[in-house]
Amino acid sequence: MSFKPLMLAAALFALPIAVFAQGGGEAKDNTMAEIEKYREMLAGDNPAELYEAKGEEIWKRKAGPKDASLEKCDLGLGPGVVKGAYAQMPRYFADVNRVQDLESRLVHCMVTLQGFKAEDLTKEPFDTDDRKTDLNALVAYVVGASKGMTINPPLKHPQEKEMAELGKRIFFYRAGPYDFSCATCHAENGRRIRLQDLPNLTTHIGSQRAYGSWPAYRISEGLFRSMQWRINDCFRQQRFPEPQFGSDTVTALLLFLASNAAGGKYDGPGFKR
Amino acid sequence: MADPMKIRATVQGDVAEIRVLVNHAMETGQRKDAKTGELVPAHFIQSLVAKLGDKTVLDAQIGPSVSRNPVFGFKVKGAKAGEKVVITWKDNKGDTRTDEATISAG
Repeated sequence: MSFKPLMLAAALFALPIAVFAQGGGEAKDNTMAEIEKYREMLAGDNPAELYEAKGEEIWKRKAGPKDASLEKCDLGLGPGVVKGAYAQMPRYFADVNRVQDLESRLVHCMVTLQGFKAEDLTKEPFDTDDRKTDLNALVAYVVGASKGMTINPPLKHPQEKEMAELGKRIFFYRAGPYDFSCATCHAENGRRIRLQDLPNLTTHIGSQRAYGSWPAYRISEGLFRSMQWRINDCFRQQRFPEPQFGSDTVTALLLFLASNAAGGKYDGPGFKR
Repeated sequence: MADPMKIRATVQGDVAEIRVLVNHAMETGQRKDAKTGELVPAHFIQSLVAKLGDKTVLDAQIGPSVSRNPVFGFKVKGAKAGEKVVITWKDNKGDTRTDEATISAG
């Protein structure tokens, strides 16, 4: 007697799968399902955690000509407050009278509190196989302290609003040898480059998934990658010159993305292909 | 000195699931330095040993085909919550690192 309901359930289950297969998207859906499976297997074992641990150590360690730690660094929620700070960035900082993203703010703190030179920190800011920067580890630590929180940039100060608007314009601005804009690839659903699905960053859900899962550990490179790197790489792929580190262009784009993603969950640091 | 590992150990019933995230460059010896063109010397983990108390539960011999910052996952029967799991790796340059974690109830 108990056998019949089971059969029925199986038949019902088989139906949607059959319909799916006829849709023509089978190969793609299989690939996506396999990638999802791969991600699930690795969930909770993100090597970004190694960077987070190192970053926390660097944050608390005394360093630089002034032999100071970063524990008085104000990331927007008060001196030394790391938890949740990244979820509310980029934001306006009164002490510098401008909008800063996390990385320019960290450089600011390393310069003012520890006495490092900004040129030295930003000359080669990104990790390579042979060289790991303190800045990158600090990024991992700070973003990790906002995991699970709501993306909530303040967007109240006139400069913040102006910056978000500027970011929007840059996003849609077509130029360069290929007459590309960010929007060329990122303003429609269902686009991809080779096998990588491209998020539609003009929508809330697309922005939330992308902005909410970066910075990230890239397994193909074996390196942790920050937002400045991510945006620079987008420019590179558009055959644009890459922005200078801490440039307003990057901050503006990040604030534009953050404002689109606002209200969604921050789930980084992520783990990428 | 080598950087610490991250070890997660949880037990369900009498089977413990242990996952180890290792901080290591895992250089294959095949890669060239981008600036000098010289080969980057091989530097990789050769052995990874896991102990539960005094008992060795895993003795792995691995090589340069394993990725940078690798993750190792395995299951151990007959483990209890509160027991200590000790992981030690050694690499081809003689570097070694030992970390431990306590098994928690899953």
